[in-house]
Amino acid sequence: MASGSSERALARAWDSDIAYSFRSSPLTMAAAAFTALYLLGAMLAPWIAPQDPFDLKQLDLLNAFLPPVWEVEGKAGFLLGADDQGRDVLSTILYGSRVSLLVGFASVVLAMLLGIGLGLISGYAGGAVDAFIMRVADVQLSFPAILIALLIDGVTRGLISAQRHEELAVFVLVISIGLSFWVQYARTVRGLVLVEKNKEYVLAARVIGLPPALIMLRHVLPNVLGPVLVIATINLGVAIITEATLSFLGVGVPSTQPSLGTLIRIGNDYLFSGEWWITIFPGAALALLVLAVNLLGDWLRDALNPKLH
Amino acid sequence: MIAFVLRRLLQAVAVMLVVSLISFALFNFVGDPINNMVGQETTLDERAELRRQLGLEDPIPLRFARFIGNALQGNLGVSYRMAEPVGRLILSRLPATLELSLAAAVFALLVGVPMGVYCGLYPRAPLARLFQAVSLVGVSLPTFLIGILLILIFAVHLNILPSFGRGEAVALGWWTTGLLTAAGLKALILPAITLGLFQMTLIMRLVRSEMLEVLRTDYIKFARARGLSNRAVHFSHALRNTLVPVITITGLQLGAIIAFAVITETVFQWPGMGLLFIQSVQFADVPVMASYLILIALLFVIINLVVDLLYYAVDPRLRLDRPGKAA
Repeated sequence: MASGSSERALARAWDSDIAYSFRSSPLTMAAAAFTALYLLGAMLAPWIAPQDPFDLKQLDLLNAFLPPVWEVEGKAGFLLGADDQGRDVLSTILYGSRVSLLVGFASVVLAMLLGIGLGLISGYAGGAVDAFIMRVADVQLSFPAILIALLIDGVTRGLISAQRHEELAVFVLVISIGLSFWVQYARTVRGLVLVEKNKEYVLAARVIGLPPALIMLRHVLPNVLGPVLVIATINLGVAIITEATLSFLGVGVPSTQPSLGTLIRIGNDYLFSGEWWITIFPGAALALLVLAVNLLGDWLRDALNPKLH
Repeated sequence: MIAFVLRRLLQAVAVMLVVSLISFALFNFVGDPINNMVGQETTLDERAELRRQLGLEDPIPLRFARFIGNALQGNLGVSYRMAEPVGRLILSRLPATLELSLAAAVFALLVGVPMGVYCGLYPRAPLARLFQAVSLVGVSLPTFLIGILLILIFAVHLNILPSFGRGEAVALGWWTTGLLTAAGLKALILPAITLGLFQMTLIMRLVRSEMLEVLRTDYIKFARARGLSNRAVHFSHALRNTLVPVITITGLQLGAIIAFAVITETVFQWPGMGLLFIQSVQFADVPVMASYLILIALLFVIINLVVDLLYYAVDPRLRLDRPGKAA
């Protein structure tokens, strides 16, 4: 029964309408291709990167500040130049993207799980529980997400010692970003649940005596996943930007495991001495990734919106 | 009316209480305040005496009440890092942040509204399409990257604008302003553009879609039928009706601008509250963090409250809806 309903949801998600709108938009296809390539590059970084930027044996300080290969002093093997420690910029971008994408995906999943859970409870239970959850959501929505992430990060930083924080930095980031984005999911899911819960299939499930938790997870949830997927795609771009911003501000991941934001912060110190490639290439990688993800999100939103067909 | 205002006020007070509770918890569970105050040679007895004198042995609700009382009087503790009263520290940084935020908001309005009007009037013109594309890219570029790009172009390559600090600031009483000197104004340009760019694209998109909508309405057709000039129709009929949502959004965004100033101030080393906050997060300087938290929360609560009350005053439909909803 469970697999049947989720298969149906999947079949609906891969409906031919969507496939058609994907085929007919070259921009979307380009964005998808870029995102796929980027993901592949990040995942395969240990095998395809020219250099392991964390292996001190492979680093040579003589290579420090090498410009990109097409400039006069460029050196083969350092396509995008080298940073202050002689690390190949392309390699640090590939490795840094792993951290950025990991934090981005993990925090979106956390926000999604939290938001879906609270939205289901809020919509299905109603009454005081609903009122409480939605008031909290209202209040949180009136503050910008990045500020909330910054505050959660600051509070945990105060609570645990600096050394522990270095080890836990990625978790702290995921939790701060995840906690700052759950509201959208909760509101959307709650609204959809309010519509769905009076439909006949839910009433039927109730009549045969299924417990509420089962009805919510197996019957209601698959029917509200479409919009959630759209929010998740759009949120992925925002989450990646938030992570990069926090790392750039120096309160994200430590420089021992740099993300794209950390790389940009490191490179920023050398902007004035003319070594622009250390900061501009990670910046361009970040901007292109977010742009591609945003384009995919826009497309998904339009494709799943029945009003536009 | 009174019930609505009271409920909103109650909600605002509740939010502030929760935020102060978090700040209070920060103060009390992060590190030992006594350790932060005394030297190593202080004996255990002296420490216990000090604890009693400072009221640290009192029950927690009493301490929380005292904390709120102190905060209300502007007594927010002493910064661990700078060894200065936090209240004075924040007050000295406040003018820089407010001037930057205001300049950013003015920039966003002055550039965003005309761009939006143009895109709404001529949606198919090449320039309008260019504006649209730029705004999409602007949304995808994180604030700090925009700042870095501007520094690279205008400070490093062209070398015409300063890239950090406030330039020359003049003291007017306790308020320091950079608006009165040429160096101060020049230093303001890049940070204000960086901070205002996102809001500018937001306003542009909003004005564009509102204009497109308004231009389709009957009263615009009627105004044209009366033979009014394009100029009169576009500006005194169409634009005027799009400005209400624009003003609301700008008001609401003012809080966001002040919050996002944290990023811009870090990029440009602008000596405002945001930079102070980031530095205190890095050093776990709890009193500064807690005070900034309370201050920003207060700011947002006030802005939201004012916007809600204004809505209520402006839009009569809300007044009819509310009692029905409450019942």
